Amino acid sequence: MTAGMVIIGGGECGARAAFALRENGYAGSVTLIGAEKHLPYERPPLSKDTMISPEHPLARTIAGEDRFAEQDIRFVAGTTAIGIDREAKNVILAGDNRLAYDRLLLATGAVPRPLPLAAASRHCACLRSYDDALAIRAQLQPGARIVIVGGGFIGLELAASARQRGAVVTVLETQARILMRGVPEEIAAVIAARHRQEGVLIRCGVAIAAITDKDIGVTITLADGEKLEADLAVIGIGALPVTALAEAAGLETANGILVNAHLQTSDPDIFAAGDCCAFPLALYDGRQVRLEAWRNAQEQGTLAARNMLGLCEPHLAVPWFWSDQYELGLQVAGLADEGARTIRRDLGDGAFILFHLAADGRLVAASGIGPGSSVARDIRLAEMLIARSACPDQAHLAAPDIKLKSLLAA
Amino acid sequence: MSDWIEACTADDIDEEDVMRFDHAGRTFAIYRSPDDEFFATDGLCTHEHVHLADGLVMDDIIECPKHNGRFSYKTGQAKGAPVCVNLKTYPVKVEAGKVLIQLAS
Repeated sequence: MTAGMVIIGGGECGARAAFALRENGYAGSVTLIGAEKHLPYERPPLSKDTMISPEHPLARTIAGEDRFAEQDIRFVAGTTAIGIDREAKNVILAGDNRLAYDRLLLATGAVPRPLPLAAASRHCACLRSYDDALAIRAQLQPGARIVIVGGGFIGLELAASARQRGAVVTVLETQARILMRGVPEEIAAVIAARHRQEGVLIRCGVAIAAITDKDIGVTITLADGEKLEADLAVIGIGALPVTALAEAAGLETANGILVNAHLQTSDPDIFAAGDCCAFPLALYDGRQVRLEAWRNAQEQGTLAARNMLGLCEPHLAVPWFWSDQYELGLQVAGLADEGARTIRRDLGDGAFILFHLAADGRLVAASGIGPGSSVARDIRLAEMLIARSACPDQAHLAAPDIKLKSLLAA
Repeated sequence: MSDWIEACTADDIDEEDVMRFDHAGRTFAIYRSPDDEFFATDGLCTHEHVHLADGLVMDDIIECPKHNGRFSYKTGQAKGAPVCVNLKTYPVKVEAGKVLIQLAS
């Protein structure tokens, strides 16, 4: 192999993969192609610290230029790949520049799901990139009226940040409650109550009929005719995997670029990882999932790099994500919707964990919420129990004085 | 000059566990290893300012509760992404059931 490794996508996943190639001893050329002009940076702070820090927030880079140089990783910024010539094993860049690869990794990520009603508006924004974050931050002034469309994580984290900046915040959600996807109702209720306590107006079960720009601000007309005035509307209704390149190259896709457990696409020399890929989770009978989560992007980037080098290791990690809103920390390990029944463990200080058990008693997920990192340790231990398909004693799960660590030894 | 500060009693921490200790505006993490030795490090993860004492101790590793950054609490060594900056460690001794840590002045 002489052409080297090419990675398309300069986010968490692509950057981790590039460094992981070196950590695993690869000595050939490594090229990382990023669409943004910035060095790869961490996205999780964008809805939180980036919004509320008193000083001008800098992008938190995953590695500085010096580390790219030291590791001999070529980072090509502000560049979009426009095609893949699988026969010649070339990535086609703008201007018909070609880049040969031995193995290619698609870490193209996801983009905010567009709201067609908002397409023409100058006062509607989405949050994905550092530049998006700076533009939104500039409008989070005391008294500014912010309407957030979508009661998911991005919307709610942004709502918390906007309140902390003194904005007047309304969250609109079409579903019957916030966080329908992936978060149990009991926990969503704690988060909703915390937002209401801060003065955020959360309105569920509402549909938007029209979004109309004014000279200053925007009018959002609900299905029942009610009109809401806002200085800025932020659309946070989910994300779509970036699959166009893969599709055009004839790779299989279905809600993401389809990969096997080794993160290999239907072309064995092309891998996909992170937000853009749909992969089978062995833990849940090979259920096909796509995860939009920071840790998954890291783990899959690292694993894809190893498998590009021929190690042939399956992805076995338990899905995990977190969200911070105000002082509350939420963490979920596993897929809660795999559970048939729920056991609650109270940790004090309002913190609690819900253990989700399958019908056969296997622990399949754990969801926790509490101040700061209060649920972190037990969620981490639950994750380890989930990974080994443990069937813990339900009475022990419910008893906070019984250490979860002791169940691991069982 | 060196200053030995009483952080806690040995009984305050289970084996293979950690607790937080705040002193003079600073925060530390005190560890008891599975083989019953005591260690101390700075209390906050070097990646984001998160209290390590909320994390999980496994063997000689402390794992950050937020992003699973891993450090050896015995040496302070960062064990890979997302953490790349080592953790500062402090000498510890146990006297008469009390855990003392030495904060270099």
